[in-house]
Amino acid sequence: MILVKDNRCDFCGTCVAVCPVDAIELREADISIIHDTCIDCDICIWVCPIDVLTSDKPVEVEND
Amino acid sequence: MTDYDVIVVGGGPAGSMAAEAAAKGGAKTLLLEKDRDIGYPVRCGEGVGAKALKQFMNPDPGMIAATISKVRMRSPDNTCVDFGQEEAGYILHRRIFDVALANRASKAGAEIQTRAYVDGLLMEDEAVTGVKYQYMGQHRHLTSKIVIAADGVESRVGRMAGLRTSTKLKDMESGYQVTVGNIDVDQEMIDFYVGDNWAPGGYLWIFPKGDGMANIGLGILGIYSRYDSAHDRTHSFIKKYFPKATILASVCGGIPVGKTLKKMTSHGFMLTGDAAHMVNPVTGGGIITGMQGGQIAGEVAALAIQKGNVSEKGLEDYPIRWHRTEGKTHEAFYRISQTIDTITDEQLNKIAHRLVKTPSSELSLLKIFTTVAREKPKMLLDVTRAFAGV
Repeated sequence: MILVKDNRCDFCGTCVAVCPVDAIELREADISIIHDTCIDCDICIWVCPIDVLTSDKPVEVEND
Repeated sequence: MTDYDVIVVGGGPAGSMAAEAAAKGGAKTLLLEKDRDIGYPVRCGEGVGAKALKQFMNPDPGMIAATISKVRMRSPDNTCVDFGQEEAGYILHRRIFDVALANRASKAGAEIQTRAYVDGLLMEDEAVTGVKYQYMGQHRHLTSKIVIAADGVESRVGRMAGLRTSTKLKDMESGYQVTVGNIDVDQEMIDFYVGDNWAPGGYLWIFPKGDGMANIGLGILGIYSRYDSAHDRTHSFIKKYFPKATILASVCGGIPVGKTLKKMTSHGFMLTGDAAHMVNPVTGGGIITGMQGGQIAGEVAALAIQKGNVSEKGLEDYPIRWHRTEGKTHEAFYRISQTIDTITDEQLNKIAHRLVKTPSSELSLLKIFTTVAREKPKMLLDVTRAFAGV
């Protein structure tokens, strides 16, 4: 599940732009994840310029 | 009878140009802006080419923070490639600039409403027939013959119309910028850092903003920003090079650097600006291309309404005219950006070492790209295409 860290979002909409399933709602100063629609692809976490989004999935260790 | 002929969603440069052009063409036009103010918050580096801007306006001195006559590009080993051109560009005060453009639209007859958050479209089958929006807690709707969506990188309105507007991760730059005070930078020079060190898949910029201030920011491709965000990278840079700088403002945002959407119209509906992915894929600049796209969209919308045909076919001049003016160069720039992404830091250094031997009076962006093309020959044709007429 994608989570939004409290009070840190700048509401820039970058995550909304990359979301492939339109699962992020953003208003002037209000963001919410529509969990029923979200497919946990995590690309919103990748792209967030200020690291506001996170996942409750266990952290994956990168193997090179 | 509809409430309006044209409703424009979004009050940035693309939206205001669209509203102005539509109103000038005789269409009863309304522009809706979701935020409280036109021009705020500013999500932009604010740099713009002087010649390109003058196609649209003679900029008022009040909207110009700095006039640029020098460009510096730094390779990863900090070799500086400098070149200049008299009054090459401006760093704008977007807050003032955007308001001036919206004001121009209103002088042409367009109505403007801020705090109007569009949360749906009125549709009849596949045709867009108006917007649903919220204003001060009230739900409202208005009918129109054409909706022009200029709602920026998010491009939600396009999705409501059934167009596929989302940006792929590989085509999205994750951006962050601070406006700083108390720094000693050349107020006539823009300074770029390329390479993987600060901004993999993008660049870091220092744009002067007058009186010891500057915009310092960077954009990195989304695929590189997972573990070291644009925010963290920008602050590391400032700590290293400008430890005494004070931070006056900070902003983040996404820059869509993919190809312009192939399908940017449907029945009664047009997309423009960042929402249509019109940003220059090499520079990340979207002000001029958005103004161009918005203006064409507004003109075509007004004509289509006069002719009484707002179907996709009736709006077909829009993609045709976009392709003729900006689209062709845009595609060449996109291919250049794909090649640039494959250049290693070592190659960048080599290119810079070669370029510093060239007298700076002979240096230009074209010269830089043709030198890059010596490393990546397949780029040469696109460089020629992109710079034809420049």
